[in-house]
Amino acid sequence: MKRQMVLRVVGKLFIPYMLLFALYVQFHGDFGPGGGFQAGVIAAAAIILYALIFGLPAARRLAPDPIVEAMVALGVLLFAGVGVAGIVLGGNYLDYFVLDGDPVAGQHRGIFWVEAGVGITVTGVMLKIFYMFAGRGRSLDER
Amino acid sequence: MMAVTVITIVLQRNLFSVVVLAGIYSFLMATVLLALDAVDVAMTEASVGAGISTVLLLGALHLCGGEEAKPLHRPWLPLGVALVIVGALVYGTFALPEFSDPLAPFRTHVIPRYLEQALAETGVPNVVTAVLASYRGYDTLGEVVVVFTAGIGVIALLRRVPRREEER
Repeated sequence: MKRQMVLRVVGKLFIPYMLLFALYVQFHGDFGPGGGFQAGVIAAAAIILYALIFGLPAARRLAPDPIVEAMVALGVLLFAGVGVAGIVLGGNYLDYFVLDGDPVAGQHRGIFWVEAGVGITVTGVMLKIFYMFAGRGRSLDER
Repeated sequence: MMAVTVITIVLQRNLFSVVVLAGIYSFLMATVLLALDAVDVAMTEASVGAGISTVLLLGALHLCGGEEAKPLHRPWLPLGVALVIVGALVYGTFALPEFSDPLAPFRTHVIPRYLEQALAETGVPNVVTAVLASYRGYDTLGEVVVVFTAGIGVIALLRRVPRREEER
């Protein structure tokens, strides 16, 4: 689909806003609908759209495999790390009250980082699965 | 409309149209969830069910061809099992509380506390986020680990082939 001019132009117009919307859903999830999972999927969808229009190698340059794989693990570690931070600061595992002097602010901070972890892992996994499927077809077809 | 979509999916032999119809079904489902005021779930359904999984299934179709094989024998036994299970499940729904009954047990247990205290306790106006990330933090951690495991599984299954062929 590389030569389709309409697709290229429309894709270029859309993708920045999709990524921006993903960030909005991620960080506005506390106040409106959304959260880490949805944001991760939207961010992955933006990059998958990029890969569909401009080709898989271009997307792999944009989001290289090592980074995507690191994201897969990093999100889980961030989530679990927030839990461990709760223990270190004197609470139970995944207790957010202790993360800040004010318990409510601590809750807010904990939720923020946990959602960030969810978003990172989901983006990484979705992208990685897409890369795997698309890359496999490519190597079999020799295209 | 959803019933029509499902019946078409079952009758359709061309897998490409099945994938596209499944995407349509997901969008219809998202509309239903929106009508039930479950905006977060509707968003997930629209983006995952209709977006990502359609792309992934199309990628899989590209690998394995687009026509469903003819069944080898008549599916009477599976049909019977499915009907018995449907019967049992429908029988089970008779014991559930009425739809939107405010005195149902699961509505009087922890939900009032979440709805009334979430803003004061967590400072997060969206109760869904508060429940998911804070009250039910363990469950969400488990969920993320499931997503992680799925990704690792796909990597483990699919990585070998390109290496052998392209000598990377």
